[in-house]
Amino acid sequence: MESTNYVVGFTLAMTVIVALTLSSLFYGTKDQVAQNADVFNKRAILSAISDKLDKPVSDFSDQDVLSLFEEKVEQKVLDMSGDAVDGIMAEKVDMAKESKKAVEDRQLPLFIYNAGGEKIYIVSVRGSGLWDAIWGNVALQSDFTTVVGASFDHAGETPGLGAEIKDNPAFAKQFGGKKIYKDGEYVSVGVIKGGAKDIAYEVDGLSGATVTADGVDEMLFRGIKYYEPYFGKAKG
Amino acid sequence: MAEVKTAPAIQEKEPLFGKKEKKLITDPLTDNNPITIQVLGICSALAVTSLVLPSLVISVAVVFVCAFSSLFTSLLRTKIPKSIRMIVQLVIIATLVTIVEMVLKYFSYPVYRQLTIYIGLIITNCIVMGRLEAFAMANKPWRSFLDGIGNGLGYGFILVAIAIIRELFGKGSLFAGSIAEIKIIGASPDYLINTMADGSWFGWYSNNNLMVLPVAAMFIIGIFIWIQRSLNPDLVDIS
Repeated sequence: MESTNYVVGFTLAMTVIVALTLSSLFYGTKDQVAQNADVFNKRAILSAISDKLDKPVSDFSDQDVLSLFEEKVEQKVLDMSGDAVDGIMAEKVDMAKESKKAVEDRQLPLFIYNAGGEKIYIVSVRGSGLWDAIWGNVALQSDFTTVVGASFDHAGETPGLGAEIKDNPAFAKQFGGKKIYKDGEYVSVGVIKGGAKDIAYEVDGLSGATVTADGVDEMLFRGIKYYEPYFGKAKG
Repeated sequence: MAEVKTAPAIQEKEPLFGKKEKKLITDPLTDNNPITIQVLGICSALAVTSLVLPSLVISVAVVFVCAFSSLFTSLLRTKIPKSIRMIVQLVIIATLVTIVEMVLKYFSYPVYRQLTIYIGLIITNCIVMGRLEAFAMANKPWRSFLDGIGNGLGYGFILVAIAIIRELFGKGSLFAGSIAEIKIIGASPDYLINTMADGSWFGWYSNNNLMVLPVAAMFIIGIFIWIQRSLNPDLVDIS
């Protein structure tokens, strides 16, 4: 049996070597990783309006994504009464942190895409899937009623099941053209198990991923509603 | 890492790539497969195999982690205090897995985002620690390294085989989620075999949702084990 001193010494040496290796790797990759994450998020926002872009979002290079955002996307941050908050960019709003705050204290990111005279409003929503958080972006026309498109992502849904909200383009594609108001009443876009019945306001759920699909349904209903005060003000 | 600089023990009398060494790589692929014979790493084999792409990435990561954790453990095997050897092994494995995660974040962020939790779960993959305890603690670095590669490959090869069956029958595609996606059978003109086309012979076909669920992997592994043991009766009752 080794002496206690040897065991303690070995542990300390091992800890120092491992800590140094990992922290230097972390610092070496930090900037690139931050940029990768930024591009990834912006790509997700753009895929909500993929019908309005001249090529699929996956064909844009990282640089294209950043410059398109720079040129054509206006960023606003709103408070819960629909007024703009100054001095912060929408891309800096951390939805995970916001969702932990009391509802009335939250900030809402809003991205406005200028497509040749037409304005498209992209709102962000966040909720819970089966295992972990899910989130998404919903693009609305300037009537604040018609959905242009949507994109979704998740922290840890099962590949092939819940993860289909992100991986299966057919799921997000269903949202184009749906309405979130029915006869003036807010209904959001329903995600329906077993298939949409009222196709103007509903989309099909995912078989084998009922909990995730219900999470998307709940997230959309609650998340888009937060923007209602702004819709009212913007319509004037 | 500091340990990397110590060259593998080439000065040994044994040949670098003799019969014994070859066996270290080929055995885990067949007669000593980690999944079908040792029945290790089943949990991740059920979880990640619904699609081919994540299975492939996980397999490559496991080969890397398995090989290098075996190498480092073997290099340190006379130095590691016996009383804390498992903790040391875990630290080595966890360090390597964290490196894999960082590399993926750096070079392929979308793939990292698709795999998130599964990368971390390699730490708990029984194959890695099992090989460290069973082999690397008692063998020289080069052979431990080969043993790590062999077991990683044996695991990965079964993983990808299960994933091909599950994705093909569950989703009708292969490599979904990558640019190399092949759509094989499904109800739209995008697929090679369009079940909705007029006069299609496959009008009766629809994707089997059971294949997408983890339970399908259980059946497939069971069938693999059955086939392997029927072909080679010596393997019956080995584990």
